[in-house]
Amino acid sequence: MNLPAVEQGHADGQCQHCGGEVIGSDSYCCAGCKAAHQLIGGLGLGAYYQRRILDGSQRKPRPEELNQVGDLSAWVRRIDDDVSELTLMIDGLHCGACVWLIEQFLLQQPGVVTARVSLTTRRLSIRWEHNLVKAEVLVAGVQQLGYRLVPLDPSCLASRDESEVRQLLRYLAVAGFAAGNIMLLSVSVWLGADAATRDLLHWVSAMIALPAIAYAGRPFFRSAWSALRAGRTNMDVPISLAVILAPSLSLFETFTGGQHAYFDSAVTLLFFLLIGRFLDHRARHAARATAEQLLALNAEAATIIEADGSLRDVQPRQLLAGQRVLVVAGARIPADGRVLAGNSRVDLQMISGESLPADAALGTDVFAGTLNLEAPLTVLVERVGESTVLADIIRLMEAAEARRGRFVRLAERVARYYSPVVHLTALITFVAWVFVGGMAWQDAMLIAIAVLIITCPCALALAVPAVQVVASQALLKSGILMKAPDALERLRLVDHVLLDKTGTLTIGRPTLSACSDPGKLAKAASIASNSRHPLAAALRRAAGLVVALDGVKEIPGQGLEWVGPDGTWRLGSTRFTGQAESESAAMTLWLVDPAGQGTSFQFVDPLRSDAAAVIEALKRIGPVEIWSGDRMATVAATAAAVKVDAWHAQQLPTDKVRRLEQLRADGKHVLMIGDGINDAPALRAAAVSMAPANGAEIAQNAADLVFQGDRLAPVMTALLTANVADRLVRQNLLISLTYNLAAVPLAILGLATPLVAAVAMSTSSIVVVLNALRAGRLRATLSRGQTEGRK
Amino acid sequence: MTVLLFLIPIALLLGGLGLGGFLWAMRSGQFDDLDGAAQRILFDDAPADRAPPPTDVDLTRP
Repeated sequence: MNLPAVEQGHADGQCQHCGGEVIGSDSYCCAGCKAAHQLIGGLGLGAYYQRRILDGSQRKPRPEELNQVGDLSAWVRRIDDDVSELTLMIDGLHCGACVWLIEQFLLQQPGVVTARVSLTTRRLSIRWEHNLVKAEVLVAGVQQLGYRLVPLDPSCLASRDESEVRQLLRYLAVAGFAAGNIMLLSVSVWLGADAATRDLLHWVSAMIALPAIAYAGRPFFRSAWSALRAGRTNMDVPISLAVILAPSLSLFETFTGGQHAYFDSAVTLLFFLLIGRFLDHRARHAARATAEQLLALNAEAATIIEADGSLRDVQPRQLLAGQRVLVVAGARIPADGRVLAGNSRVDLQMISGESLPADAALGTDVFAGTLNLEAPLTVLVERVGESTVLADIIRLMEAAEARRGRFVRLAERVARYYSPVVHLTALITFVAWVFVGGMAWQDAMLIAIAVLIITCPCALALAVPAVQVVASQALLKSGILMKAPDALERLRLVDHVLLDKTGTLTIGRPTLSACSDPGKLAKAASIASNSRHPLAAALRRAAGLVVALDGVKEIPGQGLEWVGPDGTWRLGSTRFTGQAESESAAMTLWLVDPAGQGTSFQFVDPLRSDAAAVIEALKRIGPVEIWSGDRMATVAATAAAVKVDAWHAQQLPTDKVRRLEQLRADGKHVLMIGDGINDAPALRAAAVSMAPANGAEIAQNAADLVFQGDRLAPVMTALLTANVADRLVRQNLLISLTYNLAAVPLAILGLATPLVAAVAMSTSSIVVVLNALRAGRLRATLSRGQTEGRK
Repeated sequence: MTVLLFLIPIALLLGGLGLGGFLWAMRSGQFDDLDGAAQRILFDDAPADRAPPPTDVDLTRP
């Protein structure tokens, strides 16, 4: 087929489909990309290539070789007799053009009713007539275009969280509507509306305010009530008192034709407080949603081999002991078990921190979460769920977290002391005016309410969430995901750092370090192109672009063999190639040419490029220690390279936790950085923790912050952001408290008319929000800080 | 001041329309994908030779 439209927008040396590098004058980097490009052109969707803007931080839209789609029926929802629905998470979404391509592609398939991609949540919802087409076909089609799809559990879709945010937004809309309208009516009262008109305006205000408060005040009433029932008091108690008492007494005033009604203050107060609560909620929701997304993408299905030999995909938690599962090369082993067939090597790094893969053959015990590297394995599931090694780690993690105790946020601490003061001041004002000043109780009550409204922390409620939102967005843009809403506050206190080695200080994958004959590198790499072994992959990366040789045979657990015109070439382990054993055998590959001459390639797991500089900077914050599960020699070498004196090798997860607890008992705030399953308990035990995004799923789950990329610099970025955010929060709290302290005497003396209350309240809230927005300039500050740090 | 008897209800009605509109927009999922909506406008609905697909279906309500 001729594809004229598609040929444009294609630069030389780039794959026409995925934009990746290609060899020589080829148009495509792989067969999958070629197929995808032709598929898109054939459907008349070639405009995609002109419109798209590839985002470098996203996965390239390169179709995966293992493009099988398992049984999706567990995730499909039936809408009615004809139509079913499925929601999936998409990985590799770059821009609006991707959205357009996926939607148009699906809509062209027979039977598809609707297809909708959300760029914000990165989710795809498909509805189709299940008599006409199967979900698996549709999903496989989108995967051919180069996207990865992960089905989402329908039960998690309408999560409680999401509906809570929506409900808050609804409260906010109602409160905003009421506040705006009542404020307009109040302006006429302040401008001197006379008796009858004023009463009319008050009545109208009451009619708007009462239902609005009854509706929009519910989140505060609920929280205040549950606090009171538990015999505690929180910030919502004075808020509830103010927004209930103020309109009630104003209603009484309206009945008796009084001069002052506080409907406007009560509703505006509610409006500002709801803004604060909404921001806080949304920041927390966004962090949780992104974390869930991350985990869903990492989750892999387990493939069961049925008695009749057929294959079926299930979620790993549905596995039962006694089942046989197939683990392809490059996949994670889903459960603890024993190898029944196959000969491969397993990467234990995530479990033990050990950087060398272990052999797995018939009868070897393998553990959930470890990576199968070389060849397919059939594993008999022996233990699932609660009894796996992974479950032990999770228990350890939970125990560590329970002992850590809850962190009390600054805003909570302020509120804890503040709310009794508010109650007392209002009460004393009331009592003093009635008994000392000899005032009628209604008037005294109005003054007491004015005190409650003035002291109500509406600026206080905005002070922290506003900074939080701006700071977490700034972090997200530099590739750091904040999972715990209070992580920034805890980061600021850090005065001691504990690091894992493999995958944290180092990149976590081998890289070619030495080669006895560089001329043979290209040859070795073109043979290695046929293997998924990490050392083979390292050879390929080192050699740059090479053509993969045809007819290479992989002997699992040993090496590769290629029969060329000049004889047999072998690439593999020392034993396989018949070389003399040496000490560093495990990280060495040998290439033997037909004449029997060997070339050695040595690999190391290199440090992250900026590891030494970051450690240097961290040392200024506090002592730095390395705790690794790896062997003595490797840890010693790494520690020397980054100039850390305090290092400990061959540590168990419990050792790390014990060390962290000991440090906490000494009053230290420890930052733990780690990536492995064995680090997860320590990540939970530390005061605050970070994990790289290429680490184990469970480590990312346990950590408070997750960072992306091959550099360690995000650690410093996070620490700097924490400092800036903390300064802004403190300024904001100071501003709002100063305002309260200044306005309270006015209120106590009875000078705070509704007009004064409204003006003072709005000004302080606006000042606080404007101050928080200064955190938007945070990134400028950060990049300056980074360049200074590098000098 | 009788003009108030007309103006206040009119003001409330207009405000109420705005509120109703916002609540409707939120319920019909128009705030669900703010990033996507900004980019969607740049693309045609469908290739010329095909009927436009249904795009007004509300996916937030099963």
